[in-house]
Order: sequence, then structure tokens, then C-alpha cells
Amino acid sequence: MAETAPVLKVRGLTTTFETAQGRVTAVDNVDLDVFSGEVLGLVGESGSGKSVTLRSLIRLIHAPGRVTGTVEWEGRNLVDLPDPALRRVRGGEIAMIFQEPMTALNPILPIRVQIDENLRAHTTMDAAQRRKRMLELMDIVGIPAAARRLEEYPHQYSGGMRQRAMIAIALASSPRLLLADEPTTALDVTIQDQILNLILDLREEFSMSVVLVTHDLGVVASTCDRVAVMYAGRIVETTSVHDIFARPHHAYTRGLIGSVPRGGSERTMLMSIEGTPPSLAHMPRGCSFNPRCTFATDKCASSVPHLEHIEPEHTVACFHHEAVARAGVSQ
Amino acid sequence: MSDIATSQPDGDAGRKKGRRISISFATGIVILIVSLILAFFPSAFAPYDPNVFDYNAILQAPSSAHLFGTDNFGRDMFSRVIHAYTLDMQIAVFATIVPAIVGTLIGAFVGYVGGITESVFGRIVDATITFPFLVLVIAIVSVLGPGLINMYIAVGIIDWVFYGRLTLGEIKVQKRLDYAAAGQVMGYRPSRIIFRHLLPNSMTPALVYWMTDMALCILLGSSLGYLGLGAQPPAAEWGVLIADGKNFMTSAWWISVFPGIAIVITGLGFSLLGDGITELLRTK
Amino acid sequence: MASLSFILRRILQMIPTILFILVVTFVLVRLLPGDPATVMLGDRGREADIARINAQLGLDKPLVVQFLYFIANVFSGNLGNSIALRVPVTTLLVERLPVTLLLTGMAAAIAVIFSVPLGFWAALRQNRASDTIIRGTFQVGLSMPVFYVGLLLLIFFGAHLHWFPIGGYGHGFGDHLYHLFLPAVTLALSLSAVLMRNLRSAILNVIDAEYVDFARSKGLRGYVILVRHVLRNAVISTVTLFGLQVGVLLGGAVITETVFAIPGAGRLMIDSIYGRDYPVIQGLTISLAIVVSLIFLATDLLQAWLDPRIMR
Repeated sequence: MAETAPVLKVRGLTTTFETAQGRVTAVDNVDLDVFSGEVLGLVGESGSGKSVTLRSLIRLIHAPGRVTGTVEWEGRNLVDLPDPALRRVRGGEIAMIFQEPMTALNPILPIRVQIDENLRAHTTMDAAQRRKRMLELMDIVGIPAAARRLEEYPHQYSGGMRQRAMIAIALASSPRLLLADEPTTALDVTIQDQILNLILDLREEFSMSVVLVTHDLGVVASTCDRVAVMYAGRIVETTSVHDIFARPHHAYTRGLIGSVPRGGSERTMLMSIEGTPPSLAHMPRGCSFNPRCTFATDKCASSVPHLEHIEPEHTVACFHHEAVARAGVSQ
Repeated sequence: MSDIATSQPDGDAGRKKGRRISISFATGIVILIVSLILAFFPSAFAPYDPNVFDYNAILQAPSSAHLFGTDNFGRDMFSRVIHAYTLDMQIAVFATIVPAIVGTLIGAFVGYVGGITESVFGRIVDATITFPFLVLVIAIVSVLGPGLINMYIAVGIIDWVFYGRLTLGEIKVQKRLDYAAAGQVMGYRPSRIIFRHLLPNSMTPALVYWMTDMALCILLGSSLGYLGLGAQPPAAEWGVLIADGKNFMTSAWWISVFPGIAIVITGLGFSLLGDGITELLRTK
Repeated sequence: MASLSFILRRILQMIPTILFILVVTFVLVRLLPGDPATVMLGDRGREADIARINAQLGLDKPLVVQFLYFIANVFSGNLGNSIALRVPVTTLLVERLPVTLLLTGMAAAIAVIFSVPLGFWAALRQNRASDTIIRGTFQVGLSMPVFYVGLLLLIFFGAHLHWFPIGGYGHGFGDHLYHLFLPAVTLALSLSAVLMRNLRSAILNVIDAEYVDFARSKGLRGYVILVRHVLRNAVISTVTLFGLQVGVLLGGAVITETVFAIPGAGRLMIDSIYGRDYPVIQGLTISLAIVVSLIFLATDLLQAWLDPRIMR
């Protein structure tokens, strides 16, 4: 699946916010590779910085926030790209979909306008061509009676249809990378599967890559090719979806995997992670997971472990990854 | 009165954390305290008798002897502006206090009873906001005759509706909360539920609006004074003072300009106080 | 279809409002202390004159009959005759009301032209110096009585600089606009303050909305995002507020017309009060209230057009 050169190469991505309580680092020195045609899962608890990471890739960060590092996309660094060039990338080359279509769609514009403005911004199509393309897109994402529904407003759509509409809008200009921020969390379970399958189908059809942010390991297992696990603003482990479930090397990943009941296996104890994630304003010294970690030693409390390759496609940021791996997933 | 915006929260005010009193709130408090002191003890601060003519000092420009100059009868404008505090602060309080109390109580009652009473009240509100407030007050004053008492009556006839509407909205929110239902289950009398439980928790919007309303009533009182429908000369009231000076605007601007500044400062004080209270209650 | 039934329903809602306006006006003139005829003629009024005026006003009949007559007259366009000017009230209204409407229309236009960009600017520079200055200035503007602002402008731009006439209405439409400019600015000041303030906070509420982020993620130009996504959503609440403020504006027009000696409905109102001309006061109150309710209708429809969620 993965080719040698990544299409998106993220190095040292750091996003900070100046607040009254001082500087808060929401994304801390993140390295990520996204390869052509793959679905990369970005996993973590809420507050782990995965959504901010996703938004930082295209600098979709609100005022007091500051993004540094490099995001290499087709020979350009998106972090310091001038605004006009960044606008061509946003929507045209890299598109994004959000968790809650009810709030992400503009409530007072018909869906037609919301697709059309994307086509106008990134294509040279005339009105008739755009119209044809819009009907096509509605068809692709599975919205029936496209001509009528284009004129309708978000509140006239059902939850699942709204998410389909948002995907149609995002994909209007055939982007090559889709950033999906918990696209199914707000939906019913049955509809979740439909939307995930739609995203997988569209990946084939548009031959695009997908970065999928989720906290749901079930979603990860059924859709992702590779996974990056985030904790407190840092990536702690990246590997294939198989290895993440079979051989986690970071204590946090292990805890995360262990806290999900898995069908088909023997009845085993569910592991749970003691304590709560640290607040971004009060990060522990050293490895940010150390206060909750059963493998932690003095070293973990004093210095920060960096991501290192333990296998060609498996990186982990843990001083005791061997011990974690030996401990296995289910006792 | 019908100025809805001034009681509206600013979008960003809520983000300011901490219970520190903002500079604008403090300014509002200081302005009002000073205004009240001047209103109660004008003679302690006014160097001259506000109503004594001095034909040796007619239309004098501001100087160290007459800070705000003198008018066409030689009256000291500084003393007149100071003495007007009594009347204008009185207008702010007297015009609003009855409608504020009555309106709040009616709003609470309507909110508690609901049903037909509420829809009737809704109609009254709709129709009241349809009348231009000032036009209606002027119309009522014209029937009753000019003067401050009649102005209070005119304001009272209309103004209670706005308090009623604000309290009604808040009561409806409170009623959905559990403790009111609990009170009903426990068999408390409605009056007890309204006065002990619902009202104390629902008075905030009315209280904030009262501040705005007092500022608006100072503007209204001075406007009527200016038109000759409010306080009657020779009473020292800012609107009346401005009207007195309007014919001398090109030659003796100070007669009209200083009373106007007093209006602006006092109105500002009430507005800042209202904003400050809103902010304080929101960060709580 | 949905929109048509919405419009019809909204128009039907006006009927009880207008009836209520008529009742209030009727009650106001008839039930408050002081027999109009006596008040009009003063203590010197002779019995016969009082009876004549009472008959002229229909005051000698039972209250219910009077009310029915009143309603019938209003709907047939008969608002009685002015006692002071001895012409039908409707004639006076046709003559004077357009002046006031032009004045308030200009004021509203000026207020919108000023408050929309400034509200935008203040919101985008939230809590910086320019935001604070804009808000502070408007806060002061909000505390200034209309007649005071008018007087200051009149003296400075009229009498001192001679840029504008010091009152009156002029002849011909262009001249009207010229004469009404200062009065319109006077009226516009507090309205712009109110609108600016509301728009600023509405924009701050909208600008962090996720649909604005989504729009940004589509790579739209900055002004497209600001106008189509931020402003259109923010302005919905401002439109409602604008409607509510029209009543305040008309009240202000009464004062402004007095200050600038403009022969409009407001000036007529004040003159009629001094002259105790009840039929005129009554006619003016009714027609101004109807103007306000028409503006409410217009702003409600505008709001529904801006926000399709309302039309259901």
C-alpha cells in the first residue's frame, strides 16, 4: 500500500496558543507521513491535540494560535506558504470535513451555494458545467433527488444526509488529500458504517489519501491502513493498523487497546488507564504519560522520549517499549 | 424603554475570566456616586444661588469666577448645572421605579400562570413596541398636560411592559428547572413559589435593564424639558437649561453646551454600570 | 409555497396589532382626564361651543358607538378635521408624513452605512485600540440626547461653517436631501451606536462558528468568507433590532424636526400639542404606529429571507 515517498511530510509541527495563563502547546513537535492512497488514523482521547494537529496542517487555527514546523506538500511548505497560494491548496488539493455537519454547514445557504463556491474557487468551469458537476457529486455521495436537494438547506437534511452533503462539498474540486475530523462521531451507528464505507469508496474513486481523526478504535480497525497515536499533543506511536492492535509498543497505546472490548476473543479483563489526561497548561515533566504509566521509571519523569524507529514502519516514543511489548495486550 | 441593544451582552465580555472589576465598571460606579452626592447636596458644591439674577454678569464666558459662564440673566451656569442634578437624578429614579417593580411582578405572575394570560400579555407587548415610545409619551403628556408628574405617569403606562417581558422570559427558563416543580409538589402556595424561588432568580435582566432605563429616562426627561413638556422653567433641569441657551448658541455657546455634557456623563455612568453588572453576573 | 403561506400568516398577524393600536389611541384621547372640548376652549369656553365641538368629535354618543364610528372613519380614511388648521387630518398627514419618512429613511441609511463597516472593523480588531476607540465613541454617542446633538451640529456646521442650511426643508428633491442631511446625521448617531454594538457582538459570535472554518478550509477568498458566511449570519439579529429601533427613530424625528424647524409630522405633533389639536395628535399617533408595524413586517420578511429556518 504505502509507497516510498510520502505525499504529505510533517516535521516538527508545533501549535501554541498564547493565553492569559501563559503559552499553551496544543501540538508538540509532531512528525507524520501520509502516503499516497492510504488512510492514516490519528487516534487519541479528547484533548490529545489530534483535531488541532489536523487543522494545523492547513493552518486552520484561530487568532492567538501559532503554527511552526514544516508541512511539506508537493514541494511546498504549507506552514509558511503565502495566503493566496494556501487558498489554492485548501479545498483544491487538501479538503477537510468536520465532526458535526449541522454546525459545519452554513445554516442559511442552500447546499447548492455551498458546493458551488468551492467549484468557483478552484475550477474554471462555467455555470452549466458546475451545475452538471454538482449533480454528479450528489450522486457520488449517494444523495437521491439531487436537483431538488441542491436547493434545500442543511436543516432540511437528515443527519446522515448532511454528512454526505458535507463530503460532496469538500470533494467538489477533487482534492488529493482529505482531512476528516471525527466524521462519524455525531451519527447513529448504522449510518456511521455507511459514511465510512463512502469515504473508503471515494478514496478509490478520487485516488486520494485520507487522514482520519477518531477516538473510536473500531473505526480505526475497519478503515485505516496505518495509525498514529497521540497523547497530550505528541505522537507516541505510529505503525500499521495490524501492529497497533497486535503488538503495541507504547504503554498508552496498550492501555487504549486494552480498554476496548473485542468480539470473538476469550473473555478477558478490560484494561483501563488510571488517572486523567494532563491539562495542556500543566504538562508533567518528561514523558507526559509518566504519571499514569505502570511502566514508568525515574528516567520517564526527567527526560522526554523521542519517536524512534523500532522497525521500518513502526515508530514509538517510549524508553521502555520492549517491556511494554513483552507485556502484551491481553493477560 | 425600547432600546433593546443596550442590555445585550457583548460577545466577548464573557471570555474575560476572573472577578476583577473592569475599568469601565469602576468608572460607572464613580460617576453615579458623584452624581448622587451632587443630587443630594448641590448647595455644598454650587458657588452661587442658581436662580439669582445678576445683571452685572450677563452672558459671561467661562472664567475662574464662573466656571461654565453665565446666562442672559447673569445666572451662574455651573451652579445651575449642579443644581439640575437633583431634578435629573430624581427623574431617572422616579420615572422608572414604579414600572420596574410593577412590571417585574406582572412578568413573574404571567410567567407563573402561563396559558391565556401569557398570550394576552404577548399581544400587549407586541402592540406596545409598535408605538414609537417618545411619540406615545408625548401624546399622553399632551393629554395630561406638561410637567414632570405627568411625564412619570406617561412613562409608567408604557414602561412596565418592558420589565414584564424581560422577567417573563427569565421565569419561563426558571420554571423548567426542578426546584420550582419540587415546590409545587410540596404544595407551596403560588405566591411563595414566585416570591421565594422564582423571582429572586429571575430579576437579573430586569435589574440590568433598570440601569439602561434610567439612562434613557434622563435623555427622555431632558428632551421633554427641552420641548417644554417636562420640567418647567425656571426649574434647573438640563434639558430646560439647553433650551434656555439655544437662542444664544452662536454668541454664548456655554449656556447650552455644559448641561449637555452633564447629561452625557450621567447617561454614560448608568450604561457603564449596567454593562458592568451584566459582566459581573456572567462571570460568576 | 412555504414562503407564501409565511408571508400571508405574517400579514394576518398585523390585524390584531392594528386593532390594538386603534383601541389604545381611542382610549387615550377619550378616557384620560380633561374633556377635550373644555381643554381646547379653555375656561372661557361657552356651553354652546363645547357642545358643538363635542358633537363634532362625536363625544356626545355612548362610548361603544363612538368606538365603532371611530373605526369606520379610520378605515374610510377619515381622521377628522384639525381644530387649529381647519383642514382634514388626512390632508395634513399626506403633506407632512413624507417629510418625516424621508428624514428617518436618510437617517437609517446613514446609520447602516456607518455601523456595518465599523461594527465589522471593531469585531475584527477585538479589544485592540481601534475597537476600544470605536466602542467608546459610540457609547458616548448613545448617551447624547438627540436635541443636543442636533443643536451642536446645527451651530457648528450650519451657523459657524455655513456648510449646511440652519433649518427648513428647501424646495425640490435635491434641496430636501441637502436640508435634511444634518438632521439625518443627528438621528443616525444613536441608531448607529446601537446597530454597531449589536453587529460587533453578533460577528464575534459567528466568526468562531465551525461553518466559517469549513468555508476557510474550502480555500475561499477572505472577503467571500466575511460577507457570505460571517456577515450574512451575523446580520440576522441586527435586522430584528433595526426594526425595533424604527420606533425610537420616529420619536427622535419629532425632536429633530423641532430643532431644525423641518415641516414634518414630528413638528406637526409638537405644534398640535401646544395647540391642543386632538384629532391631529390622534391621527399622527395612529399613522406613526402603523408605519412602525409596517417596518416590523418588512424586517420580519427580510429576516425570513436571510434565515430560511424561520420560514416554516
